[in-house]
Amino acid sequence: MNGELSLEGIGKTFGRHRALVDLTLSFSAGEVAAVLGPNGAGKSTLLGILSTLVRPTSGRVSFAGQTVLRHSLVRTTIGYVGHEPGLYGDLTARQNLQLFANLYGVPDAHQRVDQMLERVALADVRRDAIARTFSRGMQQRLALARALLHEPQILLFDEPSSALDPAGAAWLAEELARERAAGRLVVLVTHDLDAAAAVASHLVILRRGRLAFDERRSAGFAAPEVRALYEERTHAR
Amino acid sequence: MRARQTTWLRSAAGIAWKDLAIEWHSREIVYTMGFLATLVVLVFSFALVAGQDSKLGPGTIAGILWVAVLFSGTVALSRTFDREREGEAIRSLLLSPVPRSAIYAGKLAATSCIMFFVELVVTPLVGVFFSAPVAEHAAWLALQLLLGTIGFAAAGVVFSAALLRSRSRDALLGALLFPVVVPVLMAGARGTTLLLDAEVPDLDPAVFWTRFLGAVDVIFVAVGVWAFEPVAVGE
Repeated sequence: MNGELSLEGIGKTFGRHRALVDLTLSFSAGEVAAVLGPNGAGKSTLLGILSTLVRPTSGRVSFAGQTVLRHSLVRTTIGYVGHEPGLYGDLTARQNLQLFANLYGVPDAHQRVDQMLERVALADVRRDAIARTFSRGMQQRLALARALLHEPQILLFDEPSSALDPAGAAWLAEELARERAAGRLVVLVTHDLDAAAAVASHLVILRRGRLAFDERRSAGFAAPEVRALYEERTHAR
Repeated sequence: MRARQTTWLRSAAGIAWKDLAIEWHSREIVYTMGFLATLVVLVFSFALVAGQDSKLGPGTIAGILWVAVLFSGTVALSRTFDREREGEAIRSLLLSPVPRSAIYAGKLAATSCIMFFVELVVTPLVGVFFSAPVAEHAAWLALQLLLGTIGFAAAGVVFSAALLRSRSRDALLGALLFPVVVPVLMAGARGTTLLLDAEVPDLDPAVFWTRFLGAVDVIFVAVGVWAFEPVAVGE
């Protein structure tokens, strides 16, 4: 599972507003990359482009040397977990996963759904309960199971822990580390600097649509260092 | 990588199944639609029939039936996309490798099924309240309603997707959709009038309007497939 996700000269404008300006950076398989920045920095636009839902105005995105187009096959390599769970509240946990397993063409879908429900600890008690009745933490666990069903090579997270309690956030950090160890590329967009420091081996800071910081460290980043870098690069006080 | 491309038909069927399964659990749309359609029929029956001895003409009865279908259908369209909006489920759907045209077809099939089910209940009601011979050409009437429903839903699914993130979507949906579906309303009402009119000697004129509805469906579905991706993705 090796491959580099590269952005070359990416720009995105919405009307007269420039959300991203000439962004060039790359992400590697087996790393957790945290993308930080204040509101309006372009983080969500970047994630939208990486997920193929937003078309860049200029520039090129490539994965493993191939240009990423908006073709449906590309989306089989991507898993996405947002701050909203992206689930159908009126379906059960099992029905939600079964639906997406079918849409992704997952082989042995029933078995895979059972595996994922086991993994996120929703197998016994809650698998036949309507997802709307789940706590926020349980919904995020189910959302992660949905994102991992098809074993994507790229996992995109948009503020996944924004509504989680500390135990839920800790669980999510463990899962991110597990996916990194499995060789997946994890891109995490967050406002939570401590959460980013806990898991990231690659730190990207955006400011007003431009790249303000981009560095990899195999040993990771310490929380105070991340805070200092964030304040320095975004001029936050 | 475990995932493989799933077939277009299987994807569309999966999305339609999902909407129908949700509706089976909640019965929310069917009850709301049924209530609204019944209310329309009742209001017209009190407004037009009360105090009169003479029966209404087939044209008026057909018009009432199609107005009930269109008004209640708007509720169905609005609610099916509410389910995509809640929890940002639409994003998960758009991120899946399913072709957008399959998403459109799945939503169209589910909406049409739900609408047609309600029409099967409301049509006999029209027959009872207005003493209309709805059973005389039941198969043709059902076909006209089905084709009209598909045409209405084909346009409606696109508008509902476009208004997914609009705050005033409920008001806007009717305002935008009704002018577009005028051909469906006219052809449906005209065709049904001919079916309900005992003085019309043969079915040929009704067959013409049924074919016309079929042609409108082909155009609306083709335009819907083409228009759905940009409006659903929001570009």
